[in-house]
Amino acid sequence: MALFLVNILDGLVTGLLLFMLCSGLTLIFSMMGVLNFAHASFYMLGAYFAYQISTVTGFWMGLLVAPVIVGVIGALIERYGLRRVHKYGHVPELIFTFGLALLIEEVVQFFWGKSQMAYSEPLALDFAAFSIAGNSFPAYKVFMIFMAMGLFLVLLYILTKTRIGMTIQAALSYPETVQNLGHNVPLVFMCVFGVGTAMAGLAGVIAGPVLGTFPGMALQLGSIVFVTIVIGGLGSLWGALVASLIIGWLQTFAAAYNVAMEDILTAIGFTKPENIWDHPLQDLWTLTLPQIGPILPYLLMVFVLVLRPQGLMGKRET
Amino acid sequence: MTIASKTPLTAGTKRLISLSTVLPWAFAALFLLILPVVFQTSSALTIMNQMAITIVFALSYNMLLGQGGMLSFGHAVYMGIGGFFAMHVLNMVEYQGLWLPLPLLPIIGGMFGMLFAFIIGSFSTRRAGTVFAMISLGVGELIAACSIIIVVFFGGEEGISGDRTMGPEFFGMDFASQSEVYYLTVVWLMIAAILMYLFSRTPIGRIANAVRDNEERAEFLGYSQRNVRWISFIVSGFFAGVAGSLFAVNFEILTEENLNLATSGSILLITFLGGVGFFIGPIIGAIVFTLLQTVLGLYTEIWSLYLGILFVASVMFFPGGFAGVIAMHRRPLSLGKLHLLTGPYLKVAIPAVTSILSLAAVLEILFHKRHGFAGDGAMSLYGITFDSHGYQALGLAIVIAAISLFLVSRITPEIKAAWDEANHAGDDQ
Repeated sequence: MALFLVNILDGLVTGLLLFMLCSGLTLIFSMMGVLNFAHASFYMLGAYFAYQISTVTGFWMGLLVAPVIVGVIGALIERYGLRRVHKYGHVPELIFTFGLALLIEEVVQFFWGKSQMAYSEPLALDFAAFSIAGNSFPAYKVFMIFMAMGLFLVLLYILTKTRIGMTIQAALSYPETVQNLGHNVPLVFMCVFGVGTAMAGLAGVIAGPVLGTFPGMALQLGSIVFVTIVIGGLGSLWGALVASLIIGWLQTFAAAYNVAMEDILTAIGFTKPENIWDHPLQDLWTLTLPQIGPILPYLLMVFVLVLRPQGLMGKRET
Repeated sequence: MTIASKTPLTAGTKRLISLSTVLPWAFAALFLLILPVVFQTSSALTIMNQMAITIVFALSYNMLLGQGGMLSFGHAVYMGIGGFFAMHVLNMVEYQGLWLPLPLLPIIGGMFGMLFAFIIGSFSTRRAGTVFAMISLGVGELIAACSIIIVVFFGGEEGISGDRTMGPEFFGMDFASQSEVYYLTVVWLMIAAILMYLFSRTPIGRIANAVRDNEERAEFLGYSQRNVRWISFIVSGFFAGVAGSLFAVNFEILTEENLNLATSGSILLITFLGGVGFFIGPIIGAIVFTLLQTVLGLYTEIWSLYLGILFVASVMFFPGGFAGVIAMHRRPLSLGKLHLLTGPYLKVAIPAVTSILSLAAVLEILFHKRHGFAGDGAMSLYGITFDSHGYQALGLAIVIAAISLFLVSRITPEIKAAWDEANHAGDDQ
């Protein structure tokens, strides 16, 4: 039971982290209709910038400054890159962001090399917040949970309660009408893109110390992020939240419980073949749950697409 | 009132295969036959084989992206699957006495690529655009992750390997030598390329273009957009499988790398750089990419950074790729005004090349400065050896880059004027 609780909390951390990326991506997608393939690359940039800043001024300054830098870079890329490609259509836009993801990875390797950076959590948060039956829970993860939840609440408040949020929402659905009402819609788009990438950057800043700051971190998380928003339903913020949490828990529990296929098969009544390493079904017999953990999100995506093509909470068919 | 058409109706009167379509193919075949006589070294043959495989793969990819409007991030799956099955069949030939001449192997690999494309296409081709792209990405990741788990089939991290020479002899060839494999690969390259070209000319190939351009209108004409895409997808899967089998024959080993996201991404890059709008585009892309990879890779560690810059610049400024840039000159050529462009082009060539080289030098010096061994500042670039940690070399490179870029920007209006003039149909001089 104690282990279960710890896993619930760990899964929550992973899920909320995923959601910090997915929310920005969803916002950008519902606005421009383009999936930002480079979204996870901005997450990586956030981690690297924060690391670079933290070597000079410490963790907290990095937390404040790095997302802003990432957001500004994102806004500039929207203004001078994406907007230029926009006239060719959605597929070239997607190819552009894909190229951007490649380029950002190369640029990161150009400046920081291929090895992992010594970016770690601040000393102030380097203690166990509480422990459940001997399993201590680090304070930094509590901090991550609060950061992600706080970000979500702020986002929700801005989008639904403020005048800016209303303009953004209106611009998502009827850009031309909003333009005619005298709002600068391209500016709105640029800002939303900047804020979305800044959120990805913030996620990178707080995830970097835990998941590691290395050039492969964008690729590692990137495809999971896309799978998440497809499962949740493209363009649905709540769907993104639900799917992020599901995937967070799925991965945590799969990694924590060592269920072996061998036990299941024996329990059903099969007998294990003598010479397992020459047997054609050796993989089936030696399969364990932690082993298939990484592919579970993709399997889930295929199932969701076959059974419910619009995603869990999406409105339009995907 | 009847208006006489300027061009008389020619439908049905044209010869099925005209000379002008056959000639390029004949030249290509001749060229491929002569190539190994000119480049005889083993490494050259390997590069040419690699190129041929990449061309088949890129052409099959362009069937999706260029002709069907489907952006796939997981096309390596079908190449990899075809290759893995081909390798298993190869091993069956060796150990279980299955009778199969090596040149027929790509058919088997292609069939399995096709089978997987059939299954996965059944749910992924419902929509084009972003959704198709995301599903292809998810499926690609799924299969790539499976390849590490299912060790019996994919061989885990070390992959599976085989021996191509163990099969029955094919007209006295046992394919032990590189040049025999070259001819096998090249014959399959020609077969695959011709078949794919012919496919793009069939009614179903044409309808695939229609669905790409406007799926709703195609539906109103009575074509199911999903089925049209599905068929293209299946055929493309076949040729990807052929490419995979050729890979299996050439390198005799397949690993997880053959079906992961990086391979899928690089084929997108190759096809796009070559130009998706033209049949010849992916061919150009594959040749240029393989050459860049082997030649630039010898000289610089950061060649993939240059490639990334080239790719992003191409998406932003030349969405037609190399083939598109060449095709832009068709109109001046047909107007007989191509000579107007040669002057400005020659004029801009020197500053343009200088600026590219000097910008590359800036990057190289910075890279060396950051990642070179401590205390070892000596580096050589373009045949000059200097200290990368000093500011002289870097400063010089920046100054040269700035001057040459300034010159390029000065010549640009002239090129633009010449370009407009060369594309101007009227003769008002």
